[in-house]
Amino acid sequence: MAVSRRRPGVASWALAMLVVLPFAVPAANTGVPLQAANTDVSNINSLQRGARNFVNYCMGCHSAKYVRYNQLARDLQISEHQLISNLMFAGGKTYEHMEIAMLEADATRWFGAPAPDLSLIARSRGADYLYTFLKSFYIDESRPTGVNNLVLEGAAMPHILWQLQGMQRAVFVEEEHDGTTYAVFEKFEMVTPGTMSAEEYDHFVGDLVNFLEYIGEPIQLKRRQLGIWVLIFLLVFGLLAWALKQEIWKDIK
Amino acid sequence: MNARRDAITDETTLMSKTADKLSELVDWIDVRFPMTKMLKEHATEYYAAKNFNVLYVFGALAMVVLVIQLVTGIFLTMSYKPDAEKAFASVEYIMRDVEWGWLIRYMHSTGASFFFIVVYIHMFRGMMYGSYKNPRELLWIIGMLIYVCLMAEGFLGYLLPWGQMSYWGAQVIVSLFGAVPGIGEGLVEWIRGDYFISDITLNRFFALHVAAVPLALIMLVVMHILALHETGSLNPDGIEIKEHKGPDGIPLDGIAFHPYYTVKDLVAMIVFFAAFSGVVFFAPEMGGYFLEHANFEPANPLKTPEHIAPVWYYTPFYAILRAVPSKGFGAFLMAMALILLFFLPWLDRCKVKSIRYRGWTFKLALTVFAVSFVCLGYLGMQPAVEPYVTITRIFTILYFSFFLFMPIYTRFEKTRPVPERVTYDQ
Repeated sequence: MAVSRRRPGVASWALAMLVVLPFAVPAANTGVPLQAANTDVSNINSLQRGARNFVNYCMGCHSAKYVRYNQLARDLQISEHQLISNLMFAGGKTYEHMEIAMLEADATRWFGAPAPDLSLIARSRGADYLYTFLKSFYIDESRPTGVNNLVLEGAAMPHILWQLQGMQRAVFVEEEHDGTTYAVFEKFEMVTPGTMSAEEYDHFVGDLVNFLEYIGEPIQLKRRQLGIWVLIFLLVFGLLAWALKQEIWKDIK
Repeated sequence: MNARRDAITDETTLMSKTADKLSELVDWIDVRFPMTKMLKEHATEYYAAKNFNVLYVFGALAMVVLVIQLVTGIFLTMSYKPDAEKAFASVEYIMRDVEWGWLIRYMHSTGASFFFIVVYIHMFRGMMYGSYKNPRELLWIIGMLIYVCLMAEGFLGYLLPWGQMSYWGAQVIVSLFGAVPGIGEGLVEWIRGDYFISDITLNRFFALHVAAVPLALIMLVVMHILALHETGSLNPDGIEIKEHKGPDGIPLDGIAFHPYYTVKDLVAMIVFFAAFSGVVFFAPEMGGYFLEHANFEPANPLKTPEHIAPVWYYTPFYAILRAVPSKGFGAFLMAMALILLFFLPWLDRCKVKSIRYRGWTFKLALTVFAVSFVCLGYLGMQPAVEPYVTITRIFTILYFSFFLFMPIYTRFEKTRPVPERVTYDQ
């Protein structure tokens, strides 16, 4: 019975499976590097400002049709009076969804594409994308809107926030790779300054994107809080179960 | 004093009376239904080897995930609308307006991914310790059928949220049936019930996802357990414990499933729930792997996403599909990648079961297989450009080599002596 036990061991096998092969793969070409939005959905003040910015500047064309006004008020600690007088310009009941009057057919006729609903835009595109997008409009006379966007070439959306940010032009430099010349973006240059400084505009857009992040999943704050309690419970239950297991197994030789 | 003693006596008589009543009830049932017999057969007198390692908890964990999916699925069905006009909105309704709807939905979406994590480890455990070998071939085949059902269930369920990835993923996968020679085109139309993925497709996928496939899954799981308890569980040493029984007829190395393995599985279950909760509460999208970003955009039949990738648990097979330029041959290879697994018990010619006593050829081959599978999974998520395509082809060849050369490298394998009894030290 003297069999030497030299078992491979689960650990070494798991390790062998998890060998991460260093792939020499170039990063996918995503165009412009995205700027970090640094959203924080626990910042209620920022969310309130974002809500204000959203109803004032976005809701002319964009709906948030899965979001109810009164849920907004609850989560953002806004009173019913404040909600009705500051955020619900079109009237209606507080339990209603954030819908708009513009018809998709009209939008398509006017802009070439319907303005997408923004309830889930932060979940499908990501906060950094939205943040960079809103900062990357530049003058392009060839476009019907007079502007283009570095993040989304040929965007149908006009530069709604131009009065705040001002109008900027994009400076491209020509670079040569393998005999082909590419126009590579270098920097923005302000042509007509807006009413906000660059820093103020960054904050404005940051609050807005933070708000979009929140409406993407209103439950996210409570979700994390609840998760901590669940893990604490599992830890206690786990220790008890482990002690029980040790007790029951102690006679097995 | 006397009064107290009387009270205690009364209590004791009461308790023994209750116990009598209870055992009468058990007797009454046992005459009519084999309750006690089944409990003994499958729990208190089912003997499993005492040397199970941590990899042996994943079978029980797969049952836990099955229950999670069934229960959360029932509650989701109460608020979900299988209607192309309403499906996407009804999921958001569940996420925002239904009490605890978000938790139910995240448990279900996270459960889908965890099901595959658990099942993949469970299957790999079987391959390491030869759990598919004589006399457990049917056990393995039933398990493989469960795996196929699981893949179908995941695929059908993925259409239901009616997001962009739901729609275009289904479009790509259903069109694969067009590669079947002769009847391909008609077959695709028959599956969709339409000329494209539509409301009709959504309705039938819903029916299959909530009724047909779960029924098949439950039946197969029962069969899997019955087959397991017929042959008995194997162990990390790959030794049949039934060959060494004590005078009482109980295997010397065996311990009763209950309470020993029920309590051990309980601990494993709690650890599992901790990992599961980590995802559900802190990273339900799991960086876009469990819930894909593009699926938060409603399905649009007129707008093809620039990059369509299935959910991570299908990507090894998806990578194999894309490894060859011809769609027909790709689909054939993909099917073979799955079908070959069914034949494992007969491809493997080595008599020794456990990897602990097998030769270096098998250890190497299994490692190559595992690495190929994981890497193909990664490659299946990447766009089909160089150098991914070439690397995918290399791993596809390695994946198939594991099976095709198995009868050769396992026949001449230099094994080490297998001990008579299981190795166990605590």
